[in-house]
Amino acid sequence: MTITARAVGRLAALGLLAAVLQLTAIAQVSIFGVPADLSPLIVASVGFLTGSVPGAVFGFGFGLFYDTALMQTLGVTSLVLTGVGYGAGRVRELRDPAHGLAPVAVGAAATAAAALAVTVLQFLLGVEAPLSLQVARQVLMTVVLNTLLALPVYALCRRALLPYLPDDPRRRRRRAYTTGGLSPLSRA
Amino acid sequence: MHDKVVRRRRAVLALLVALSLLLLTAYFGESSGGGLHAVQRGALEALAPIQEGANKALKPARDLFGWFGDTLDAQDERDRLARERDSLRGEVAQLQVANRELAQLEGLQELNTTGGLEQYDPVQARVYQRSPSTWFQTATINKGSSDGLAVDDPVVSGQGLVGKVKSVSDGNAVVMLLDDQDFGVSALAPRRGEPGSITPVAGSGSGELRFDLVDDAQRIRTGDLIVTAGTSSARLPSVYPRSIPIGTVRRIETGGGDLDREIRVTPAADLLRLDIVQVLTTPDANLRADAGRAGTR
Repeated sequence: MTITARAVGRLAALGLLAAVLQLTAIAQVSIFGVPADLSPLIVASVGFLTGSVPGAVFGFGFGLFYDTALMQTLGVTSLVLTGVGYGAGRVRELRDPAHGLAPVAVGAAATAAAALAVTVLQFLLGVEAPLSLQVARQVLMTVVLNTLLALPVYALCRRALLPYLPDDPRRRRRRAYTTGGLSPLSRA
Repeated sequence: MHDKVVRRRRAVLALLVALSLLLLTAYFGESSGGGLHAVQRGALEALAPIQEGANKALKPARDLFGWFGDTLDAQDERDRLARERDSLRGEVAQLQVANRELAQLEGLQELNTTGGLEQYDPVQARVYQRSPSTWFQTATINKGSSDGLAVDDPVVSGQGLVGKVKSVSDGNAVVMLLDDQDFGVSALAPRRGEPGSITPVAGSGSGELRFDLVDDAQRIRTGDLIVTAGTSSARLPSVYPRSIPIGTVRRIETGGGDLDREIRVTPAADLLRLDIVQVLTTPDANLRADAGRAGTR
């Protein structure tokens, strides 16, 4: 990703919009008995699209905003989402998965990792709630729900950041062909 | 170049993690009036209008999704309640059956103790089949010759006489009911002391009986109780012990002459709803006792 002021502004707007949307609407709608949690999905999508460093910075900022808006312990969500953004970016950098469903797997893994990390951190910070099956069920249902939402969230993030993303070779090929260029077959 | 990129990446990650941990530690370390808390409160104040506006703007969308969620929940709840209703319906049915059987058992118990039927060695049986024919009113019970039942043994329910054993196999027996066309029993209206005979009104389909061969039919009144007459002559022994309720006089139809009267009797036992009955396996027990007493004298 090309880091420009406009790109940073677009990322900040995306984060702000997503956080407000999450806090004011999505968190209040429960499906399968749990509300969807878009924060790991957004951060993972951004990390997956832009790379590990922008992903980690976006995750940190998003987490900080989240903790501030919810009056939670500052630093907890930042720490978790920093890891999520960095991890998703590293997946792209190391593997560069070309499969169309790769964002789904990344989103599911990010949600599961974030839920686990938050749970562990809360216990480390001294929350004295018993670890019941109810918690495990909630985490599982959130992962399932987020897996279903991963692809549309990724598509929206990609659309928002498209001007600042490096040209995708597949997209380039497709554009060349559809805008009147010769197809590889006709060239041959 | 690559090393530089890697170093920069790691440095950024380390910096962000360190910042997070620093924030976390500082937030935990300070009181609720501390600097970070104050910043958080200030940010909250600043964000509140945005959140409030967004909350209002997104309410229709939220309600729409909520409606979907509520619909799904309502469907789940409907299915759960339907299952619960079916289960309760089954329980109610079982309880009603049990209640009815209990009432019948209580009636039989009362008949045994106060009606003195215990001396006839009653065998309790369950009716599991009923003839659908209008003309042949029978019921099949789950006790047979291996339980001591024999043909012509009287069958009673908690309310009164039901019929007699028509045929018997090892483990089952067919009972001829009171309203079967072949049924007949010597009866008595104990209040008037008038003997007679009970026969069915064939084909009436209502379980109605006829009390005829009554010497002085004019003395019989509606509502009079009719019971079995029992054996009055040793030469003509009855298979039915005496004083088992048969029914009550429902109506008296008068013909052309004073003697031309037809007395209709409603059976005491509910012949359409028989569940538990008793077969009196030694119906002549009282006669044998009487004979024994006469012999000793």
